Amino acid sequence: MQKRYVSIWFRQLLADWQVIRSPELAEVPFVFAAPDHGRNMITAVSPIATSQGIETGMRAADAKALCPGLEVLDDKAGRATKLLNRLGEWCVRYSPVVMVDDFSFDGLFLDVSGCPHLWGGERQYLKEIVSRLKSKGYTVRVAMADTPGAAWAIARFGKVSPLIAAGAHTEALLALPPEALRLPEITLAKLRKLGFYQIRSFVGMPRSVLRRRFGEDFLTRLAQALGTVDELITPLQLPVLFQERLPCLEPIKTRTGIEMAISRLLEHLCLRLQNEGKGLRTGVLTCYRIDGKVVQVSIGTSGATSSVSHLFKLFQLKIDQIRPALGIELFVLEAPKVDDILPGQEALWAGKPGLDDQSVIQLLDRVVGKMGAEVIHRYVPAARYWPERSANRAVSITDKPSTDWHIDRPRPTELLNKPAPIEVMALIPDHPPKFFIYKGIQHLVVKADGPERIEREWWLDAGEHRDYYQVEDELGQRYWLFRSGHYGGEQRYQWFLHGFFA
Amino acid sequence: MNYSYNELGKGDNIMNAKQELVNKLQQDILLWQGFKAQGTMTEEVIGLGAIEKAFPNGVFPRKAIHEFITVLPEHAAASDGFIGGLLSVLMKDGAACVWISTTRKLFPVSLCTFNVEPDRIIFMDVTREKDVLWIMEEALKCEGLAAVVAELNELSLIESRRLQLAVEESGVTGFILRKDARKAISTVATARWKISPVPSVTEEGMPGLGFPRWKVELTKVRNGNPGNWILEWGGDRFVEVTPALKTAAWYDQGKLQIG
Repeated sequence: MQKRYVSIWFRQLLADWQVIRSPELAEVPFVFAAPDHGRNMITAVSPIATSQGIETGMRAADAKALCPGLEVLDDKAGRATKLLNRLGEWCVRYSPVVMVDDFSFDGLFLDVSGCPHLWGGERQYLKEIVSRLKSKGYTVRVAMADTPGAAWAIARFGKVSPLIAAGAHTEALLALPPEALRLPEITLAKLRKLGFYQIRSFVGMPRSVLRRRFGEDFLTRLAQALGTVDELITPLQLPVLFQERLPCLEPIKTRTGIEMAISRLLEHLCLRLQNEGKGLRTGVLTCYRIDGKVVQVSIGTSGATSSVSHLFKLFQLKIDQIRPALGIELFVLEAPKVDDILPGQEALWAGKPGLDDQSVIQLLDRVVGKMGAEVIHRYVPAARYWPERSANRAVSITDKPSTDWHIDRPRPTELLNKPAPIEVMALIPDHPPKFFIYKGIQHLVVKADGPERIEREWWLDAGEHRDYYQVEDELGQRYWLFRSGHYGGEQRYQWFLHGFFA
Repeated sequence: MNYSYNELGKGDNIMNAKQELVNKLQQDILLWQGFKAQGTMTEEVIGLGAIEKAFPNGVFPRKAIHEFITVLPEHAAASDGFIGGLLSVLMKDGAACVWISTTRKLFPVSLCTFNVEPDRIIFMDVTREKDVLWIMEEALKCEGLAAVVAELNELSLIESRRLQLAVEESGVTGFILRKDARKAISTVATARWKISPVPSVTEEGMPGLGFPRWKVELTKVRNGNPGNWILEWGGDRFVEVTPALKTAAWYDQGKLQIG
């Protein structure tokens, strides 16, 4: 297919943007300035200021002397790029492949191959872009040609027509100055010195001569403009492969309407996913409201799935977050992340249920979708004796225990997060307590087992070891007590209750 | 000799027929009371011994909500242990379990004592009781799970009825641990338990503690008979230690006919 590119040049990008933000500046000359080497240098100029002879690169103080009513505004680095990114995203309506001009940072490239006929032809297409941007408040020049380089040149230096017919771009370039080739200032100065004021005067020269005088980059730029070398366009937004759109004739306002839209989008999307053997991992539903706002909700799954009912349930949890206001006119469902689904063997009899059971995974997805992933805990054994650290949190549902669970030592069914201090009467040196007082109630110890000494992991935290006792009181209630430290140690020993046995 | 054998056989036949009639009548009564029989009975043995006899048809109801009243932390620990023992049977086929709580104190490692692999239990720790209820209802609808345990305090009649409906559809066993004993009347739980620890027994002259032993009070059973039992976790299964077992033996041995 014949490649076609559009270059959009925002002539006074920052000035236009400032006027849109504060319309009272439309009648006032103003400039943007940024400090550079201790001076305030002008970086962008408004049209009225330009007509009074102010240019970029002047000192702000000099400009003020030229034009006493000049407003000097602070410029922030990267503001133009940010603005261009936003405009580029807006331009996605004209073509899926949009790139910010990375040479001069004052324009956009659109790869429009196969797009203009949707707007009724190339002329109408360009007209639409210019008039829509103009109605937003931006002054632009556009051009369409077979190569991005040629479109860039025509947009900035073309005098005849912005629309260069297919194959005619070389001719259109000939009359343009060498600045149209996106060259650095040093090369341009050399060209001017040699008397090359038009591209036609050097385009026919042997390559070796040009390379020797102006370098390889010059040849590349020339070739890019002429179309002998392809220029790489990196799109601002990578087009999503799995996307479904649902435009609505009447704006949708009700929950039922949104549910119907979601289920219809999911049916189409899942059918496509199934045909390609893929499953959805993340889904994004974008709702375009008639008041121009965009509402987005997203879901995630822990494993690739293409089940409509499951995905619908996940979206159902998010419907409350969608505020339709006056109504939604367009639903777009995207699957930015998809994974391959291994086709499961159709079992003749039901398989063994377990953690990887489909219904369990779907349940977890719903819980995560509603309350977040930090709600879910699962534990795998850790090879450590310190009770608080004897289990690790599993990273995922498929995480298998790497060691066996310790079952050789008694452990209480309920463990206090923080051991509770108790008062104890116990014989030294290592007898279990005779009785202990917990929360004001005295428990007489009838049976006891222990001590089980657990050393502190000294490489992690400092402190005393613990001597654990398993005790049973006269009512049969069983507790896990411990004494922290030695009786005769330098630090004071203290008794604690740490858990309850079944 | 032959004759006497025949006589004996005849007597057995009559007894069997009578027993069958009694069984049939019992079944009919249960049906009139609105009880639906579940599947085959051989699969359903849970190892609770005489306690299972308290349930309709002598089968531990799996498609049901079991409520445990735990006022003290000691009771909670005992209930956790008892539920652990039940889970070891319910999760035998490899299915997972969900444990929902707002203030969880359960020490996962300890479940090994009750033959449950702690890594097969998915804990969900939320901050609000409302979320516990939501997760519990969703989990009870999930057929791939063996059981759902929830630590709840507030539970209204309507909410408990919703949970019961979810259970009846999926067949997942639900356990609710409740701290408040006063509001116990207002729910539709199939069984209401109270597990409290009792002194363990060791071998004569041996130091240390014995196996965990509990007083199991079944304060409410739908279509069954409430009662009290003493139960012990014998390392890998429930062991009944009630003297009722010994007294039950005499009429088996004597073949005494009642009625």
